[in-house]
Amino acid sequence: MTNHTEEQKGYNHKLEQQLEKIFAGGQPKYHEKSAQQGKLFVRKRLELLFDDGEYTEDGRFANCEAGDLPADGVVTAMGKVGGQTVCVMANDSTIKAGSWGSRTVEKIIRIQETAEMHRVPMLYLVDSAGARITDQLDMFPNRRGAGRIFHNQVRLSGFIPQICVLFGPSAAGGAYIPAFCDLVIMVKGNASMYLGSPRMAEKVIGQKVSLEEMGGAEMHCSVSGCGDVLAEDEEEAIAEAKRYLAFFPANFTESAPVADAVAAKVGRTLEEIIPENQNAPFDMYEALDVLIDEGSFFEVKKKFAAELITGLARINGKSVGIIANQPKAKGGVLFVDSADKGAKFINLCDAFSIPLLFLADVPGFMIGTKVEKEGIIRHGAKLIMAMSSATVPKISVVVRKAYGAGLYAMAGPAFEPDVCIALPTAQIAVMGPEAAVNAVYSNKIEAIEDPKERRAYVQEKQQEYKEEIDIYRLASEMIIDEIVKPSDLRSVLTARFELYSTKSIPQPPRKHPVYPV
Amino acid sequence: MTQVLSTMTGTVFTIEVEVGQEVKKGDVVVILESMKMEIPVEAEMDGKVASIAVKEEDFVDEGDLILTFEG
Repeated sequence: MTNHTEEQKGYNHKLEQQLEKIFAGGQPKYHEKSAQQGKLFVRKRLELLFDDGEYTEDGRFANCEAGDLPADGVVTAMGKVGGQTVCVMANDSTIKAGSWGSRTVEKIIRIQETAEMHRVPMLYLVDSAGARITDQLDMFPNRRGAGRIFHNQVRLSGFIPQICVLFGPSAAGGAYIPAFCDLVIMVKGNASMYLGSPRMAEKVIGQKVSLEEMGGAEMHCSVSGCGDVLAEDEEEAIAEAKRYLAFFPANFTESAPVADAVAAKVGRTLEEIIPENQNAPFDMYEALDVLIDEGSFFEVKKKFAAELITGLARINGKSVGIIANQPKAKGGVLFVDSADKGAKFINLCDAFSIPLLFLADVPGFMIGTKVEKEGIIRHGAKLIMAMSSATVPKISVVVRKAYGAGLYAMAGPAFEPDVCIALPTAQIAVMGPEAAVNAVYSNKIEAIEDPKERRAYVQEKQQEYKEEIDIYRLASEMIIDEIVKPSDLRSVLTARFELYSTKSIPQPPRKHPVYPV
Repeated sequence: MTQVLSTMTGTVFTIEVEVGQEVKKGDVVVILESMKMEIPVEAEMDGKVASIAVKEEDFVDEGDLILTFEG
C-alpha cells in the first residue's frame, strides 16, 4: 500500500510539473516584452473573456515532449461567455511569437469541429507571426494543414457566429482568419494584418513603409475596412467581443437573445433634429438615439465609410440591425465602400435572424468618373442584392429623402420590406426637385434671358415637381404604406417588429444566386 | 496634417473662414455642394489659416487642397 501511494505521488508530481510548464507559457523575457507592449498573457485574456474566468481546455499537452513549446503555442478552450457556450482558439505570442506548427493547426481545426458539433459561436483570439517555416510540410499544404482552418471558417460562416479579436499580428495566410470572421476587433497600436510584412515588402517590391501604414489597426478600421471595431486596449477589445456576442443566437437555427427593455435616451425630438432644408446636413446618430434603447448601440465599422452607419441595437430589448444614411458625412451619398459595408452587415444580420431597420436619408449613389472607374455599379449591386435577398423582417423608414437607386438600396417598396414608412416631411423621387427641373427644362431655362423671369420659372417648375412627389400623393397611390408622426416612430417600430417575428419567405429552388462581387 | 482637403467631388458652396483666422478642430471651414447636398468640411486640427486655395463655385475633386494652416 505504501509503495502504491509513493508511486501515485510520483505520477501526480510529474503531472503537476508538466502543468506548471504549460501554464507558464514562453520564457520570462517574452512575457516581459509582451507586458511592455501592453499585451496580456493568453491565459489572462481567457480569464477576462469567460464567465468567472473558467474554461475547459483540450490539447493542453500538445507538443509537451518538445519542452519549449507548451500547448504548442495555442490554447483551445470551451466555456461560457455571458451564459452562452462558446469555443475559443487563442494564440500564445510568448511561444515562438505565436507561430503555427502542425499541432497548433490541428488544435485549431479540432476546436472548430467542436464548435460545429455543439453549434456554438467560435472566437479567434489572434496574436501570431504566422507559419513556422521550419515545420511547413507538416502544417501548410496538407489536408489538415492551415488551409483547412480557412475552409472550416467558410463552412461555418452563417452557421455559427465567428468573431476575431486581434491583439497582435495576423500575418500572411494567417490574415485570412479575420477575413472570414463576421466581426474583427483590433487593438490600437498592437493589432496588425498584412499579407507581406514591411520587411518583406522592402525586399520584394522595394516599398519602405511602417507596420502601422502597412496593416495597422487604425488603417484597417478606417481605410481598408478589414477591421470593424478599434479598441483602445485589450480589456476593451474583450469587453466589446462580449457585448457583440450578446446580440446573437448560438447558431442560425436559434433566435437572438432578448434583453430587458430600456427607454430611449432623453434628448431632442426628431422634429428638432431633422432640418426643414432638404439639403442641410444633420447628425443621424442623434436621430438613432430617439429610436433605440439607450446605450444599446454596437457600431460596426464606425470609422470606415462614415456616410452609411451600420450597427446592432435593441429596440424594446430585441436585437435589430440598423442601416442608416449619415447626411453629416459626404451628404449621406452612397459610395463604393459604403455599399460594401452595408452589404456585409445585411448578410450578417440576415444569417442570424436579426431584423433590419433601414433609415433612409439618401441623395443617391455618387456619380462622376472616380466612382464609375471604381465600379460603383458593381458595388452598389452587392448592396442591393444583400438587402433584396435578406428574408428577415425589414422595415424601411424614409426619414427625409430617398432619391434614385438610393431608394432601392435602402429597402424601398419594390424590395418587399414588411412596411415602408415615411415621416411627413419625406421625399421620394428619381431625383430631388432642383436636379429634376434642371434635367427636364434646361433648354427652356437657358432660353429665358431675364434672370428674374428665369428664377420665377424655375421656382414654378420646382413647385409643380414637389407637388407631384408629395408624400400624401405617394401614400394615396399606396407606394408608401404608412406616414408616421416622428414622435410615434419608436413605438410604431416596436409594435411592428413584434408582429413580424414569425416571418418566413419561400425561396425559389436554386443552389445560390450569382453574387455580383 | 497642416492642410484641409476636399472630402468629396463637388463645387465650393461657401467659405466659412478667412486667412489669419484661428480655427479649432471640428470647425467647419468650407461647405461644398455635391449631389445637391451641403457637405461641411471640418478642420482636423487646431490652427491658424495661412492660405485658402479655392473660391466659391470652384470645382474640387476628392482630395484637392482647400486650405493650409500656418506652421
